Amino acid sequence: MTTPGSTWVDVLTAALAVGGALAALIGSFGLLRMKTFFQRVHPPSLVATAGTWGLTLATMVQSSFVTSRPYLHALLIPLFLALAAPVTTTLLTRAALFRARQRGDSGVPPPR
Amino acid sequence: MSPILYAALLLALGCLALASMFALARLIAGPRAEDRVLAFDCLYLNTMLVIVTLGLLYRSSSYFEAALLIALFGFVSSSAMAKFLLRGEIIE
Repeated sequence: MTTPGSTWVDVLTAALAVGGALAALIGSFGLLRMKTFFQRVHPPSLVATAGTWGLTLATMVQSSFVTSRPYLHALLIPLFLALAAPVTTTLLTRAALFRARQRGDSGVPPPR
Repeated sequence: MSPILYAALLLALGCLALASMFALARLIAGPRAEDRVLAFDCLYLNTMLVIVTLGLLYRSSSYFEAALLIALFGFVSSSAMAKFLLRGEIIE
């Protein structure tokens, strides 16, 4: 496994993996820290974009260089989440807005 | 595997474990149901990233399918829960 030239591959993989994990940590901490629900919706999208892209690119770099063959199907995860995460967020925000209007909370926009 | 990469993957696993604890705290503390659904969404994403990192650590490509399945089922379940919060039923 210690072929010449594999050190920078390991360093690149390590940087991508730690960057992705830190992005996931920051997103989850924001979920805990924000005050209202409509602020809390925002930070988890950092997990779905930066965190997933970082770790997937780390997997792709490492597997492509270890097996010396392009390893592209790991891209399916971030591409699927790029479609799925906005749908979940929109549905959940509409549900929260509906329930806030039903409760009669102040500070939510009235229905048109 | 070089020691740099091994240490970095352990650090990434630690960060993801801490992130899962944050999401779990919001899941327990969340004042309303929509906060809990959002925390569940974040929790399954963190778990999926843990599995991707384990696949990187153990150099096995079969962890990829598990991560993809978790992403699929997590999307289905959290959108079903959001639909339930919106309408009071899932399939009308």
